[in-house]
Amino acid sequence: MTATDHIHETVNAVYLSDSRRVLATLIRLLGDFDVAEEAMHDAFRAALEQWPREGVPTNPRAWLVSAGRFKAIDGLRRRKRFDSLDELGDQADIAVTDTAAWADEESVEDDRLRLIFTCCHPALGPDAQVALTLREVCGLTTEEIAHAFLTPPPTLAQRIVRAKAKIRDARIPYQVPTRAELPERLDAVLRVIYLVFNEGYAASSGTAVTRHDLSAEAIRLGRLLVELLPAFDPNRASPAPPGTEPEAVGLLALMLLHESRRAARTSPSGDVILLDDQDRSLWDRAQIAEGIQLVRQALSSRQIGPYTIQAAIAAVHAEAPTAAATDWAEIVGLYDVLLRAESSPVIELNRAVAVAMRDGPAAGLALVDAILGRGDLSDYRLTHAARAELCRRLGKHAEARASYGRAIALTRQEPERRFLERRLAELPK
Amino acid sequence: MKYLCLVYLEGEKLHAVADSECMACGAGFRKSGLLIAAEALQPIETATTVRVRNGKVSITDGPFAETKEQLSGFYLIEARDLNDAIQVASKIPPAREGSIEVRPIRELNPE
Repeated sequence: MTATDHIHETVNAVYLSDSRRVLATLIRLLGDFDVAEEAMHDAFRAALEQWPREGVPTNPRAWLVSAGRFKAIDGLRRRKRFDSLDELGDQADIAVTDTAAWADEESVEDDRLRLIFTCCHPALGPDAQVALTLREVCGLTTEEIAHAFLTPPPTLAQRIVRAKAKIRDARIPYQVPTRAELPERLDAVLRVIYLVFNEGYAASSGTAVTRHDLSAEAIRLGRLLVELLPAFDPNRASPAPPGTEPEAVGLLALMLLHESRRAARTSPSGDVILLDDQDRSLWDRAQIAEGIQLVRQALSSRQIGPYTIQAAIAAVHAEAPTAAATDWAEIVGLYDVLLRAESSPVIELNRAVAVAMRDGPAAGLALVDAILGRGDLSDYRLTHAARAELCRRLGKHAEARASYGRAIALTRQEPERRFLERRLAELPK
Repeated sequence: MKYLCLVYLEGEKLHAVADSECMACGAGFRKSGLLIAAEALQPIETATTVRVRNGKVSITDGPFAETKEQLSGFYLIEARDLNDAIQVASKIPPAREGSIEVRPIRELNPE
């Protein structure tokens, strides 16, 4: 390998490990997503030219930020040749003198948090938050995101362009929210990460049950958030050290515990395998161990939120050596806590299924029918799938058949449809 | 008596009238003592809706007011950025009952 090849490899490695950090800092320094992105690419191009000649700088990231900023200001200068240069001249001087501001580890990590919170700003639509986060924070290409979300690339590109325009025109600031704003803003970030995870874990439509890359990306994001975010306990005078924000930790635990079952969730032919029927030896023990440890950490905090409770439920399943040995009483108890923290019909439905496991299918069916009786979840495929299953176990075959029919009509996911049709066919005539 | 004159335009006609003409009109009104404040707005895609329920601020994308809700007042505020504007908007009392649409002002272009 020649020395130049070697440098090219180094530049590629720095791109993979640091391009998002460089971008995050350039957005702060230049105040515009598109200008920063172009500047970052210019900086990496400059590295490919200059590093073989001049050697790899001691701090490649600071070099790239500095080069990117210089290129951007130079570009603006040339474009605005006939405008007043004084203002830009001042900015260029700052670029030379405040190198410390971007070489400094802490402010660089803050930039990454700023980027996450800006991409997940609730003034942007939920779809735009997801697309922008995957594009800017994770560095996925527009085509990759479009493919993962089964969206035409031009639609997705348009979504990103509009989101950036709103950031600029409505002046969404590039900052980590204040402690007063944090609860709502953190909710939005956690929601985006969990949405990305679920999209990868149980795609709501399409032919493959899992789109692994999105789940892996969400777990990476979850880790990054836990790493960067100090805990904002309102009862404490100052923020706790990073790595301890309970709901961020809880969400990471929840994702790891779900992800641990990936290999057991589908058969080689791509069919769905329910939790009860999964080969537990296929569960990823390392992910389970990490997930359980994180649940314990989150539960030991004074603020226990919905993600942590859901992770605790997943941990009870993960700890059961067999489906029959599952501690359903514990799970029902956790669902009660969850319903108090966040009441929703979907959580009630899950609780009804757990009650059926603890007290028998008749008790569960009564709860499911109560939800449907109120007019909730009647268009939700899993309500009818759960009802069908409980009726089947109770020997109410005609009712089971009707509910499987409703569930099949509502599902848009091929493997799930095959599963439900198989169950329906297995019912005694 | 003060009157609020609200300008309505279809999205694609936002630039059907030249900014310079609007500026001249504003200057004329101001000269004759008619004008208190006038501003152009950024398009509807830049809107953010703020509501306060049970003391909790909720922020959503867009101007998705209930159709029953009618325009019932306005505050022209000076804020550093959108977060700042949201903070102010969340303190406007009707935020508890209805919703406050926060829309950035658009600088008119004299050319």
